[in-house]
Amino acid sequence: MQFWTKKNKEEYPDFWKEYIKLFDKKNQNKSLDTARFIAFDTETTGFDYTEDRILSIGGITIINKSIDVSDQLEVYLEQDVFKEQTVPIHGIRRDNNFGKISERMALELFINYIGDAILVAHYAEFDRKMIDKALKRNGLGVLKNAFLDTSILYKKTKHLVYYNDYQNIQYSLDDLCMDLKISKSDRHTAAGDAFITAMAFLKILARLNKSKKIELPYLFKIK
Amino acid sequence: MKNTIAERIQDFLKQFPPFDSLTKEELLLISGKIKVLYAEKGEYIFQQGGPCHDEFYIVREGAVGLYRGFDTDQSLIDICDAGDLFGLRIMIIKKKYRMSAKADEESIIYAIPAQVFEPLIEKNKEVNKFLLGTFAAHARNNFTETEKGQRIDNTISIEAAKDLSSLRRVSYRKKPVTCSLDDTIQHIAIKMTDKKISCIVIVNNDKHPVGIITDRDLRAKIATGLYAVTSLVGQIMVFPVVTYSKDMTVAEAQIALIKHDISHLCITKNGTQNSKLIGILSEHDLLVSFGNNPSVLIKETKRIRSLHRLRYIRKQVEKLLKLYLEQDIPTKHIIHLISEINEALIIRIIELSLKEMPAAPPVNFCFMVLGSQGRREQLLLTDQDNAIVFEDVEEEDYKATQSYFLELADKITKGLHVIGFEYCPAEMMASNPRWCMSLSKWETQFRDWVITPTEEGTLLSSIFFDFQYVYGTAAMTDRLSEIVFEGVNKSNRFLALLGVSTLQKPSPLGFFKQFLIEQNGEHKDTFDIKTRAMMVLIDAARILILYYNISGVNNTLLRYDKLAEIEPRNAALFESCSKAFRILIKFRTRQGLLHHDSGKFIKLNELSKNDKLKLKRCFRPIRDIQELLRVRFQLKNFM
Repeated sequence: MQFWTKKNKEEYPDFWKEYIKLFDKKNQNKSLDTARFIAFDTETTGFDYTEDRILSIGGITIINKSIDVSDQLEVYLEQDVFKEQTVPIHGIRRDNNFGKISERMALELFINYIGDAILVAHYAEFDRKMIDKALKRNGLGVLKNAFLDTSILYKKTKHLVYYNDYQNIQYSLDDLCMDLKISKSDRHTAAGDAFITAMAFLKILARLNKSKKIELPYLFKIK
Repeated sequence: MKNTIAERIQDFLKQFPPFDSLTKEELLLISGKIKVLYAEKGEYIFQQGGPCHDEFYIVREGAVGLYRGFDTDQSLIDICDAGDLFGLRIMIIKKKYRMSAKADEESIIYAIPAQVFEPLIEKNKEVNKFLLGTFAAHARNNFTETEKGQRIDNTISIEAAKDLSSLRRVSYRKKPVTCSLDDTIQHIAIKMTDKKISCIVIVNNDKHPVGIITDRDLRAKIATGLYAVTSLVGQIMVFPVVTYSKDMTVAEAQIALIKHDISHLCITKNGTQNSKLIGILSEHDLLVSFGNNPSVLIKETKRIRSLHRLRYIRKQVEKLLKLYLEQDIPTKHIIHLISEINEALIIRIIELSLKEMPAAPPVNFCFMVLGSQGRREQLLLTDQDNAIVFEDVEEEDYKATQSYFLELADKITKGLHVIGFEYCPAEMMASNPRWCMSLSKWETQFRDWVITPTEEGTLLSSIFFDFQYVYGTAAMTDRLSEIVFEGVNKSNRFLALLGVSTLQKPSPLGFFKQFLIEQNGEHKDTFDIKTRAMMVLIDAARILILYYNISGVNNTLLRYDKLAEIEPRNAALFESCSKAFRILIKFRTRQGLLHHDSGKFIKLNELSKNDKLKLKRCFRPIRDIQELLRVRFQLKNFM
């Protein structure tokens, strides 16, 4: 624990204090129909939590089985770390001009955008750690939101009989697109992948909820 | 700021009207405000009677059905595929929905907020027209509250909703001419002539309709002398009448006419026979107003100048076919209607191709279709099989004449390909010099097939015996029919060989009463419904009808009807063959529509147990008819 990064609560910027406050109230009565989900994705220079950096973040809101295109976030970050070998994947060149902003600014936009929504991502653990590291670098705390991982939820849609077979298989977002028949244009842009993740989430939810009986807490129990 | 998702949605929208007439900026503005909905199969997007949503919808993927009515009494109005708009009511009248929208399969739907779209409508006339047209096409009937009982009738679909006049107010005829039960026939005939009408409704004292008399009845029952003109109307009227309420949809009306095989519907106050007659709806009124109607499609086909539009018509036909299958309209009717439209399409393509030729045809010719088209039982787009016969010319002119018709045939087959008929893999098309010949060469070819048959030749020729004249000089195909029958009469060997090739078709069921599935190739593990089941029934009908020397009956179902007439002792078998064929053709069409192919190969694992049983039941008559052929033509000696 790097205790010296821990700051006095008073020293946090206002947006972070607001964000923390959202989680004060316990047991908010969220249900499957009313909860705000945000599907999001990050594009990074690589897979190393400490060395690599976030190049862009994309997120889109889902409420009651509907994806709201007007409620979304798409930001591109200025970074000093740059790796030529990942350019073919995410397509973000160093000199590309997408209206890049500082990491600090991007995080503020992201935090304001997500609020206390439930975050949905594919291999969510990775995106969560990347964001957490960035937050810490900027003297902030870690994400407090509840997380759902489409790669885990997806396995549950398979029949129980095969459950053990599926346990050890890793399903990429491409695999999901194939099986759930989702168009794969804009793969490997953060916003595009967030949109695809949102679609996958809706389709998975329908498959899990055939009985129309499942409730929100159930989703968090799926391992 | 970059907005990848909105850009992607824009890419989709811009392919479809009315969005194709918007600027990129306008489209991006809309795309950024869209909600993407997910609907499971069977889920309602909105329901009849429910309050109007603040948005209208476009199908992104999947299919959404529009229905009127509730629960078991639901009737399908339209199916919306990718790119189709629905729920436009919000843009016209902000009142309760008059129909329900239900996902027919898992669907992704874009919801477009009316508020964002409204300013664009005011700016853009094309958009406005299109929306009104589409709305009307779906409304297709309604007495909308705001219109004070005037009818916004359907429209379009042909003119792609681009014509505002399609919003015209047509309706059933109000104040129909009526008479009472104690009028004489002469009296009503005079009345009908005076008023220039073709139909009169007989009402009782309460003005409830009790019967109907049309021109057809006067012709069939009076002019023939069956009844005197002094008889009372009650003696010849058709009753009970078919009644509906005024808010039936055009689609419902059309289906009612087809189902009951009648030309007029009585509109009564509450829709039953025991209420006051308020109007009459004739088939003609409907045809005029119903864009999706086969007759109108045919009419439209005759005017079209571009292949692109013809392809659009063919797509409409596919929609119509889906609707008919869903409505359980008798297969015979469906086959008949679809064949008519297909024929109109082919004729139009020939006409257009002729116009493109540098000169008029040097001699008379005849274009004929073969195989399933020739039998007029083609529901889906399958291969094109066709041929050209032209008049005999001097030997030295033959080459030039043939090359003229080959060039013409090339244009025709290309045209057919563009609108969706696949090229025949065996090159059995008029563009092949072998199937584009002078009459005398054709005669020689047919004689050769019939009189000195070989097994290989029979296979080939059997396609040619189901030919249907489509365009040009009909007498030429008649001549070819004559040759076939001459040959049949001279020798039984020809029929026997045809029979052998039928019996050689692989049986549908294997030793353990399991479906015989394809063992290899592209269609591995599927059941070939065409070769293993339908072809046997088709071939058997053809052989027997040739055996009886009956010409002009090319359709398999009609052939079995005819055979049942000729051989009453086998009528039951022929009827079951006919029934089996109808079931099989429906199966094949459903499969084809589902997978967008010819429907020839059925994936067994996609069939329900019930469907499998149904299919198996069709196989019994197949076995029986094969046995009948074996005995009749003593085929054991040939096998």
